[in-house]
This record gives sequence, structure tokens and C-alpha cells, in this order.
Amino acid sequence: MAEGIRDKVAIIGMGCTRFGERWDCGPPELMIEAFEEARRDAGIEPDQLDAAWLGVFYQEQSTGKSGLPLSQALRLPNVPVTRVENLCATGTEALRGAVYAVAAGACDVALAMGMDKLKDTGYAGLPERTKGSFEDLWQPSATPPGSFAQLATAYARKHGRDMAELRRAMAHISKKSHDNGLLNDKAHLRRAITEEDVLNAPMVAYPLGVLDCCGVSDGAACAIVTTPDNARRLGHRDFVTIKAMQLAPSNGWELSSSEWDGAHTVTTKLAAERAYAEAGIENPLQELGLIEVHDCFSVTELVLMEDLGLSQAGCAIDDVLDGRYDRDGVLPCQPDGGLKCFGHPVGASGLRMAYEVYTQLLGRAGARQLDSPVLGLTHNLGGVPNRNVASVSVFGLQGA
Amino acid sequence: MVGDEQRFGVLASGAYLPRWRIERRTITEAVGWSRGRVKPGHGSRSFANWDEDSLTMAVEACRVALPAGAAPTRLQLASTSLPFADRSHAGIAREALALPPTTRLGESGGSRRAATSALIDALETRTETLLCGSDCVDAQPGSEGETELGHGAAAVLLGQGDCLADALSWGTVADDFVDRYRAADRRFDYRLEARWVRDAGVRGPLGELIGQVLGQAGIEPSQVDCLLAPLPAPVVRAVARDNGLEQADTAGELESCVGLCGAAHPLLMLHHALTRASAGQHLLLIGAGQGFDVVLLRATGNGAGQAAEPPVSVEPNYVRYLGLRRLLEIDGGLRAERDNRSSQSAAHRRHLDLHGLLGGRCGACGKLQFPRADRCVHCHAAGEQTPESMAGLPGEVNSFTEDWLAWTPRPPLIFGNVHFPGGANVMMEFTDFESGELETGQVVRMAFRIKDFDERRGFRRYFWKPAPVEKGHG
Repeated sequence: MAEGIRDKVAIIGMGCTRFGERWDCGPPELMIEAFEEARRDAGIEPDQLDAAWLGVFYQEQSTGKSGLPLSQALRLPNVPVTRVENLCATGTEALRGAVYAVAAGACDVALAMGMDKLKDTGYAGLPERTKGSFEDLWQPSATPPGSFAQLATAYARKHGRDMAELRRAMAHISKKSHDNGLLNDKAHLRRAITEEDVLNAPMVAYPLGVLDCCGVSDGAACAIVTTPDNARRLGHRDFVTIKAMQLAPSNGWELSSSEWDGAHTVTTKLAAERAYAEAGIENPLQELGLIEVHDCFSVTELVLMEDLGLSQAGCAIDDVLDGRYDRDGVLPCQPDGGLKCFGHPVGASGLRMAYEVYTQLLGRAGARQLDSPVLGLTHNLGGVPNRNVASVSVFGLQGA
Repeated sequence: MVGDEQRFGVLASGAYLPRWRIERRTITEAVGWSRGRVKPGHGSRSFANWDEDSLTMAVEACRVALPAGAAPTRLQLASTSLPFADRSHAGIAREALALPPTTRLGESGGSRRAATSALIDALETRTETLLCGSDCVDAQPGSEGETELGHGAAAVLLGQGDCLADALSWGTVADDFVDRYRAADRRFDYRLEARWVRDAGVRGPLGELIGQVLGQAGIEPSQVDCLLAPLPAPVVRAVARDNGLEQADTAGELESCVGLCGAAHPLLMLHHALTRASAGQHLLLIGAGQGFDVVLLRATGNGAGQAAEPPVSVEPNYVRYLGLRRLLEIDGGLRAERDNRSSQSAAHRRHLDLHGLLGGRCGACGKLQFPRADRCVHCHAAGEQTPESMAGLPGEVNSFTEDWLAWTPRPPLIFGNVHFPGGANVMMEFTDFESGELETGQVVRMAFRIKDFDERRGFRRYFWKPAPVEKGHG
């Protein structure tokens, strides 16, 4: 295996907008809001950037193609801007581009921006999109909740668990994220709920009720990265370094083979194994201080606990109900409220997760600050369970 | 006995009726007020789901009728309601049925006796033919036709050999008697007075033709066991009485439970009779519409007891029936604005796979997959896949959802991962299931259906959907 990027790149500044129904903002305003926070944090001016990566998923919705929206919004000094898209891993993909460029020595300072402006569609849920000229001819016109609901029916079938029991654990997950989101003034959804609220919510896609679903939001998040040496030269004493960034896309097996049980995400397992190896992590449950995973739906978070090697197969229901992943549990999951409550502007989400880990590692999380974490993990699952892109990244304090 | 090599008749038959029924009482209770003193009516009528049309029903009927491996010389569709004015429906059906491209294709319409006329053509020319009658004609809400009509399809395989019924004699007479008509640019029939139709249009000319056809075969009216006339019951009774056929069974339960299914109805009645007829029974098949066709058949008893029992559900909600049939435009919300334009070049590259549900069988590992691809999804071998129909395979539901967010004319959109023998998994949209009916592990059959409508361009595309298994076929 290649030696990887562990500790080769430092994050010296991050920014994240308030997520939500930002009727007041278009894409440029969102990007400026996130960038201004990161710029102040890093002590960097636009003319110090060597290159930038822009992650936007629904470019057709409101932003447009290419790197131009970022270059124009920030009036960048004509430095290279590369627009990337990899489903819900888009924000992480933007960061990976910037990190790799710095690690390769091609750039001293690079910007990664993730953004989506989803609420200009005029309706609830994620926008309709084509799957391609051939796929549209035969694939169901599925929504994301419908696609992820498959995990629940398949999981119950595979492990012989009662759907009521599974739904109870899913409700616990949603309640936990709402509790966490209450402590985050940038979160989209900030209200306390009970497990009963979740169980009694209107059905969106069986067995997912509306409170099993994450918020669809507008927002942007960004990171400014450089080498550790450069970070020190720029005056940063405490900073976060990248320990691992791994990505695993489906190759069509889950889509077409009946050997896939439908109850786990193949790609998450692969990306996690590679990321743990790259970061030198042997026991993630013990070594990680927090995790931000792709909780687009409550059942997704439950299944991911197994795919990330944190719960044994078939045991996530019990671990969740035992509070293992609560704020005061063994491994806090979504301390910022997650996609569920912080919100999910698709292209921004990977960087939003990194923002929370960064904030927690540096002890800046205020009311939701955890007890001195030194390593944190982010995970995105772009696409749907039978065809997706999983990214797993590990961040830590320098020297950790 | 006539030798098998000389016999030409019905080798096989099949029928397809949509799952859905609406009781006539439900209709009259909802809209009977518009016509004053209307009797509530008895029985029910069939109606097609939103994703069915006369082509999809024809394919389903042909699948039932067509013996495994059979490749008839000709495929003939008869209908007054095929969806395209300029596109070969028989060509689409040929691909769905995985018949060879050299199959001769034909379509006939223009009259409700299109199927019986095509039947006589096949008998005259002794051409091995898979003949299907299918109709999906809607009636204006509140009209008489709304309770009379039904939707359905039936098919017969005609040829030489060991028959279900031998054709003994036949005849035809044309008469531009306008009992009803439907202009090419109109959706609904225009009908004339029923008693005038019965007395002036049917009894005389049909009775004369029946006499000729029976006479040709030397059969007395008293020897006729079944009178299969696609006409309203009072008219059938009058014809039977006029022609000494009172003793004949008239398969009236089809009209009572399903309604009159246009060009499909004569073959529906014939299939119905063949699955019940014993050896030697005489069946008198009528086609009616601007003239008449009459065909006399003698059953061999080989088809008796072969009928499957498809699931039937009664729709209690008249407004939902209207919505599903697009007789009332129900708001689908902004998600219904999705543009379903088809890339015809992309569709044509894979049209056999899509219309025939052809997966790929890997020559290296022996496993099946859909869609077919150059690289095997199981073993990654390149260039090893051969097409193989999955349409007849049983599916097993591995996961599913009822999606209330996605737009569909019949919410919820039910879809999920379906496993097939041989190792394939396909994420598919289900059809004909109601909310709460589906479970993981359930076995489903594949049904040929409309996948999407492209309203803007007047196009519709077809694919396969898992549907409930018929009793006796699972």
C-alpha cells in the first residue's frame, strides 16, 4: 500500500454557513459566508490561494456548471478552480482534491468549498434528477427515502429482527440527533422531539416517517489547507491534520447481484478498512473521539455503525438503544446534529462534517463540546444503497 | 377422425384481465344522478391500471396462450385502442414475447370484430398465427358505456395439430350499421338507441349468417352448446331465441363481472369456453361491429380446467377509478412535472433487453445479471454474456418500500430489490400491489407494463414490473 497522506496536510481554517431554508441567499452569498469565516480563521487572503476545488452536486438546480461560480463569487485571482461532483461525497471530494494537491507539492495553500442551494426547487425533498439515458428507461423513479428504506426491510429480513424493534432504534437515532442539533446554532432543524414523535410521524417511504429523514437545506462549508510546515510558518500552533481520506465507489455488484443482501453498504466497509489502515487505527470504537456519518435517514446511520466496524453485524439495534452513539456514549455520533438536523446541502455536507470534527478537535464547539477528542471520522454515502460512493476520512490533532 | 396434419384450429388460448374491478353500483351511486332514474346495476366491470394499455394486456394474454418455445409464423393484434397511430405494436409485442424478428406482424382495428375477422383470415389461409384481441376503451363518466365496457385481452394460437377446438365453418357479412362509433380524434364512443340496434342492426343479419354457418357444417341449432356473442345480454337472448339457440350457454358471467371488452371480447369468451368445454361441444363464436363474423368450432376437451385464477380486487372509490384512468386529472404536485423524454438512440441500443427483459448469462461463471453488460458483475469476465429472458422467472422480494414522496398515478410508488434465480438482482417498480400487501421473501411474477408516459411528446415507454402471482401459476 502507498504510504498515504497521513499528517501531510493541515487544515488551517474552516467555515460553515448556517444551514437551512436560506431564502435570503443565493449560491454566491452562501459561498462568501462560509469563506469569510475560513479566511479569518486561517489568516489567508484570496490572493494567497494557489488553487481551489468547488463541490456542487445539483449544479443544474441553481449554481451552474464548472468552477466559475466559486471563482466569480470570491473574485479569486484567476487561480485554477476545479468543480467536482461525486453524489453526497461531493464536499469530501472537493477537500480530497485540495488535500492531494497540497500533499503532492503542487500547491502551498488550497481552498475546498462545498455548496448546494437546494431550496429553489419549490418543493420538499431532494430535486428530481435523471439517472442517465439508459437507466431512466428501466429504473424506478425512486426518491432517496424510498431507496434508503430498502435498507430497513432488507436488514429486518437478514437479521430476523422485528420491524417494530428496528423502528424503535431508528427513532432513538433521530431523537439523539435532534437533541444534539439543539446545541448548534447553525443547524437547520432545532427542536426537541421524542421517540414517540418519530414513530408517529407521517410515513414518507415505509418504514421511514418524516422524522426519520434528514433536512434538505441550503448551505456551504469550506476548508483552507496547507502543509504542516507552512501552517507553522503562517503562525498556526494548534491545527488539525488529515490522517486518512479514502473513497470506495460501487462497481455494479450491489445493483445486479442477488448475493448482496441489501442490508449493508459494501463501499463503506471497504473505505473504512482502507482509512483505518491509512490512519493507523486498530480499534476505531476506542480510538475515535467522535464520528460524523451520513445519516441521511435514521436507518442509514444504524446500518453504518456495522459497516464502519463499530457494531457487530446484527447488533447495531442493541448498541443504538444502549446509547453507545449518544453524546454521552462510548462514541458520540453526529454531535452537531448530523445531516438529520444540521441539514444536508448535498455538496457541502462532507465539508460540514469535517468542520464539526475540526471544531471539536480544537475545542471550539461551545455548548456541544466533547471531552478532548483527538481523532474524528467523517463518512459520506453518495447515491443509494445499491449504488453509491462512500468516503471515509479521519482527522486528528497534529501529533495525534 | 380428421388426421392432425389436416386439422386447423385453436391450438392454445389465453386471457388477461386487469386485477381491478369497479362495481356498477359504485358507478351509478356516484354519477347515476346525472341520468335520472338509473338502476344501480349488478356485477362489476374490469378496468386497467394506470400502467396498462391494450398493448400491455395483449402481451400478457399472448404469454398465457403461447406454449414454451413456440414461434408462430404470424403475430396479429386486433384492437380499436392501440396507443400509437404510427408504430408497430405487434413489433413491440414480438420483442416482449421474444419471438424471432422474422415473425410476420399484423395489426387490425377499425371495428370490434377485428379479432374475429383476423381469425377467419387465418382459417382461410391456414397460417399459423398467434392472434390477440385487446381493448382498453374508456367511457365518458356518467355514460351508459361506463358500466357496459371492460378492459381485457385474449389470445389464441391457431395452427395445425392437436387442437383445443377444430374450426368447422365460418362466414362473414359486412354492413355499415352505425350502432356506435368513435372518431379517430375522440376518446369516447357515440352510441345510438339500444333497441334500434338490437332489432334493426343485429337480429336479422346475424340470424341469417348463423343459419348459413351452421348449415355449412351440417350442425343443427340444437347441437350448439355455447353461443359466444359479444353483445349485451338482452341482445344475446334475442338472438338465441330467434335462432333456436336457447339451450346454449352464453358465457354471460364475463359480461356481468368484466364488461364487454371490445375487440377482445369474442376471444375472451372463446378462451373462457375452451377452459370449460368437454369434447365434442359446439361453440358458436360471433364477432359484431359494422357487420358480423361467425365461426363454428368443435371443442376437443383438451383445454378444460387450464384457467389460472388471477387476483381480483374491487375498487370502492369511484374517484380513484377516474384518476387512474385519467378521466379526472388529479394534481400530482411539482414532482409530476418530471420530463420523461426518452433518448430513442439509447433505447434502441437496448430495446431487446428492455422489451424482452433480457439479462446476461455469463459464460465464465454461469451467473445471470440485469442489465446485460460487457463485464460480468459477478466474476468480471469480459465479453462472455449471452442474452437470456428473465420474463418468465419468479422473482423474490429482498427489500421494498412504499414511497409516498415519489410521484405515481397510484400512490404509493412501491419498488424494491428483486432477486432472480441465477444470481441476478434488479431494483424494480412493482405494480398491482396495494399498500400493505407486499412482504420481503414474497414471490412475484414479471408483468409487461408502461414504465413512463412522456406527455409532452405523446410517447410511452414499456418495461417489466413485478406483480402478484396468480393462483395456480406460482
